[in-house]
Amino acid sequence: MKRVNKNRIKKDPPIKQVKQENKQTALSGGGYNDKVIAYRDLHIHALFSSLGRMIATPFSSIMTIAVLAIAISLATGFYVVVANIHQLTGSLETSNQISLFLREDVSDTHAKKVVENIRVNQSVQSVKLITKEQALEEFKEYSGFGDAINTIKKNPLPIVLQVLPKNALDEKQGLDDLLKSFKQLPEVDFAQLDLQWVDRLQAIIDVAQLFASLLNILLAAAVLFIIGNTVRLEFYSRRAEVVISKLVGATNAFIRRPFLYTGFWMGFISGVSAWFIVAILMLILRSSVERLSGLYDGAMHLLFLDFAETLFLITASSLLGVLGAWAVLYCELRSTKSQ
Amino acid sequence: MTMIDFSNVTKRYEETGDVLRNVSFELEKGEMAFLTGHSGAGKSTLLRLIAAMERCSRGQIIVDGEDLSLAKESQLPFIRRKMGFIYQDYKLLHDRTVFDNVALPLIIAGYGHQEVSRRVRASLEKVGLQGKEKKYPLALSGGEQQRVGIARAVVNKPPIIIADEPTGNLDPDLSAEIMNLFRQFQQVGVTILIATHDISLISQMNNRVLKLDHGQLVQS
Repeated sequence: MKRVNKNRIKKDPPIKQVKQENKQTALSGGGYNDKVIAYRDLHIHALFSSLGRMIATPFSSIMTIAVLAIAISLATGFYVVVANIHQLTGSLETSNQISLFLREDVSDTHAKKVVENIRVNQSVQSVKLITKEQALEEFKEYSGFGDAINTIKKNPLPIVLQVLPKNALDEKQGLDDLLKSFKQLPEVDFAQLDLQWVDRLQAIIDVAQLFASLLNILLAAAVLFIIGNTVRLEFYSRRAEVVISKLVGATNAFIRRPFLYTGFWMGFISGVSAWFIVAILMLILRSSVERLSGLYDGAMHLLFLDFAETLFLITASSLLGVLGAWAVLYCELRSTKSQ
Repeated sequence: MTMIDFSNVTKRYEETGDVLRNVSFELEKGEMAFLTGHSGAGKSTLLRLIAAMERCSRGQIIVDGEDLSLAKESQLPFIRRKMGFIYQDYKLLHDRTVFDNVALPLIIAGYGHQEVSRRVRASLEKVGLQGKEKKYPLALSGGEQQRVGIARAVVNKPPIIIADEPTGNLDPDLSAEIMNLFRQFQQVGVTILIATHDISLISQMNNRVLKLDHGQLVQS
């Protein structure tokens, strides 16, 4: 279009002198201070009028926010569960002890000799002997089968030696060698490096964590699309207003503003609702988790979102709301440009 | 001083071909003119080009010194603020009061609260609607609604008024009243372009007539 114009201007000698400087200020009102106040008032008005519009249609607002809150609380719930399990493994990671289960025919006195033999090994820090009787007591206490066990005449539990190696966790090879040497002892029925199952658990948690992260991305996308679509519907229902505003000189920023606040409110209210949903779920779960934790020597305290995480949750959902609304408006305003 | 300047303006649509062909005319400051022609002659398209809701395919349109085809998209709202638009269907917001409808251009332009209030009242007084600020448009008669539309168009004191069939829905008495208002604006130096096919109205007023026929200006 510009090229055509230039050609035309070259052909026609009486060129119109065109002022191309921006006359924005000439037709905007008032002094600088007034403008700042007017601009602030515009934002305050948009903030509350968009909230007012949502309240004016409570049924659809509540349904949309419920869907959003459930999506966000799912994401938050996964995060909390993973954080709790992570905490659990955190306390387990320090245990790299080796458990040696002795053969059934090994007596307590024999076991003590074995303990002495192991203790001289340079790579061993300490050895703890758990006799059959001690093991049974412990089992009674923690398993909850106390009475049932009393009816068993013969103690089925083996003598256990808990060996704490000197090696640090990362020296896997050393630990493996030590484990092998223990396995070769004639008194040992079965030797197990506790680290193995910690490793496995850690790997499982890593998978869960990755899964939760992917799921959270999907849920964030869902929130974005739901808010985007809601704002799009709102935009269509207020199309007359948009067109009229445009005709009387509204900038795209002016037209966008109330819709962005709608997105903000939806994200914000959904974020706060999600926090409450997760809090209620946690309250329901708490007593069960505490009982479970008690069985594991209180290794686990139920973690909930701290202040920073709560702030992040609400900020992130509000931002998602604004972003969803902005993306939709960007496309819609581009397409209404020529209409 | 030329306020609206069309030079060889052509508007072509993919589907319908040329809607306007080589249209050239100038409107001076304080001039009032009628734009007429059969329906489909291109009147609405011409008004949409002035309103910068669309861009011309060829030629040059200059409104109060701004070349619309060279203006950036972000500049167009500020160019539109130089013009007040009046429509046959009034284009009022029915969920807002008369006051809020008239205030819209001022709020968009960023005027402070007091200034908005003062100007809206002055504008409503000008069209004879004082005391109706708190009413909703649908509670008003057709003539009153059109005057709300006019109050909104002039509240920002634009140098140009564009009216599209402003009397289309009004009886002759009301039409004469509206035309009288336009004449008053013209007297204070506002450039006015009125699109209409109301021949009797045009003949009553002794103004310049731009006549479009199949996209070409046959009388100017």
